Amino acid sequence: MKSKTERSLLEPRELLQMYRDMVLIREFEEACPKLYSQGKMGGFLHLYSGQEAVGVGAAHAIHADDYMIAAYREHGLILAKGAHPNEIMAELFGKVTGCSRGKGGSMHMFDPSLRFMGGYGIVGGHIPLAVGLGYSILYRESDEVVLCLFGDGATNQGVFHEAMNMAALYRVPVVFICENNGYGIGTAVTRASSMEALYKKSCAYETPGMKVDGMDVLAVYEAVRKAVQRAREGSGPTYIEALTYRFRGHSISDPGTYRSEQEKKIWRERDPIPNFSAWLIDQGHAGRDEIERIDAEQKKAVHEAIRFAEESPEPDPEELWTDVYVERQ
Amino acid sequence: MPEITCREALNQAMSEEMERDPAVFILGEDVGLYEGSFKVTRGLLAKFGERRVIDTPIAEAGIVGMACGAAMTGLRPIAELMTVNFSIVAMDQIMNHVAVARYMFGGKVEVPLVIRAPGGAGHQLGAQHSHSLEPIFMHCPGLRVIVPSVPADAKGLLKSAIRCDDPVMFLEHEGIYGIKGEVPEGEYTIPLGVADVKRKGGDVTLITLSRMVYVCLEAAKELAAEGIEAEVVDLRALNPLDMVTVLESVRKTRRALTVEESWLTGGWGGEVAARIMEHAFDSLDAPVLRVGGADVPMPYNKTLEKLAIPDVRRIVARVKELL
Repeated sequence: MKSKTERSLLEPRELLQMYRDMVLIREFEEACPKLYSQGKMGGFLHLYSGQEAVGVGAAHAIHADDYMIAAYREHGLILAKGAHPNEIMAELFGKVTGCSRGKGGSMHMFDPSLRFMGGYGIVGGHIPLAVGLGYSILYRESDEVVLCLFGDGATNQGVFHEAMNMAALYRVPVVFICENNGYGIGTAVTRASSMEALYKKSCAYETPGMKVDGMDVLAVYEAVRKAVQRAREGSGPTYIEALTYRFRGHSISDPGTYRSEQEKKIWRERDPIPNFSAWLIDQGHAGRDEIERIDAEQKKAVHEAIRFAEESPEPDPEELWTDVYVERQ
Repeated sequence: MPEITCREALNQAMSEEMERDPAVFILGEDVGLYEGSFKVTRGLLAKFGERRVIDTPIAEAGIVGMACGAAMTGLRPIAELMTVNFSIVAMDQIMNHVAVARYMFGGKVEVPLVIRAPGGAGHQLGAQHSHSLEPIFMHCPGLRVIVPSVPADAKGLLKSAIRCDDPVMFLEHEGIYGIKGEVPEGEYTIPLGVADVKRKGGDVTLITLSRMVYVCLEAAKELAAEGIEAEVVDLRALNPLDMVTVLESVRKTRRALTVEESWLTGGWGGEVAARIMEHAFDSLDAPVLRVGGADVPMPYNKTLEKLAIPDVRRIVARVKELL
């Protein structure tokens, strides 16, 4: 972790916020399986545990009015973008107080006030939308940027390539972030992609591609910060591959038998959260007591989110028919 | 009133709406420099520039997805698909993104875009370039489906579609582009989802849309020579579907025939027929009948192609079965 020393230009306050955000996501995600087995939530449930450094590092590199758009493993991403855990938990419970008012669920979190433009369930399907968000920024002559996150599997989809081509062609301010967790469901990257170095896939579009340690929040932050700066300056898109690992199965129903215990152990040792807290303490940015206080606070925030979701009302049956179309009064 | 073609009417609608609203822009294959495969976007690049008339790669999913993202931030894209046949390439974007975004995000976003797509058969283009996909889009909640026939409707409906806050599939039959008709100059809009009686008659109702309106009018002429007066209802839209006008006509004529170019099986005619029977069964003197495209991939051979597309002869014969 020594390389972080030179990169610790961030204020301790921001560093601690990064830690706080990662812990919130971990606590949130780890509370879900039990609630799922109790029948509090349904559908798919793709947990973000293990990948927190990617979402948090990326979210800290942009402003509140910058956009984020993501695939379906996005609870952690919308939390990193600033969503209140109550609204995310309520969405998982299908309650009307959820961020998508109970109509989206785990895969379809959305909050335009945070400029979180959605979680999408078709692999790669949202990547062209990111080009449109970026084109809209150019069209409006604004200086916002878009972060578009997707998994390794998406890079084998046709629309990934269409979007990469169009993004470069129109020089849209979009940073593409591939969260390579090694597997598309149960199929290893090496068994699905003709090239293992996914960051090279942007070279066909003359878009800079780079890889970054997705278990290191500061490394992700720094890579995304530079790409964002480039986008804001009008130099077009960048493609970042963040190497990471999900600590749980693809979804709640996946026992994950296709991954060896040895492999899991190696990645567990690289857990972005305890490694970051150790570094914070080592560098004198925080005391152990402060870390423990944050851990306790975030655990409490998740408990509160569960209580909020439990107590929130179900959607009115009339809600079945609303929002299909825009209804003007 | 000046007589112009459907092509010119559509062009006028886009030009006027782009002047009226700076959020409106066009994107698609060959829409700019080439001025559109069917020349519907002629002159628009010169008038509005590259920022608002965007030539895209041949990447239909990319085009629709890009339009969707732009629309979610308040712009009003008009995405031209070179033909509706290629909408199938973009179907994930249309049905899984554009159509559902508003609902699955709890009503927190609008997707005000128009997808214009020429289609239909009749030029020996074979199985991959002759589709009429109206029923597929009608099947999908969240999409408005607009299908003009005459030039005035083309203009008025397209202007309304561009102003509509829902995503609109605007499906233009390639066979109508060159047809001329009177079109009001300047501001002229037609509400989406209001059918139009193109011919009055008391004996039978022909329910149709797009190019088949012309075929039905021809059939009505032949029937009139035999003393049978057909009313021709041009739906103009499949979503919203104006059953009020349809039922009013059917209650009067007591007989109904749907006429569509799309495949008969699973076509929109079946839906309309079912609704007539649900709401006006007691008014009917005969079962609702349907005419539709032959349930085959479109053949290339000219004679076979003609057999696959509904024509005057088949409509007249079907009407006689009703009487």
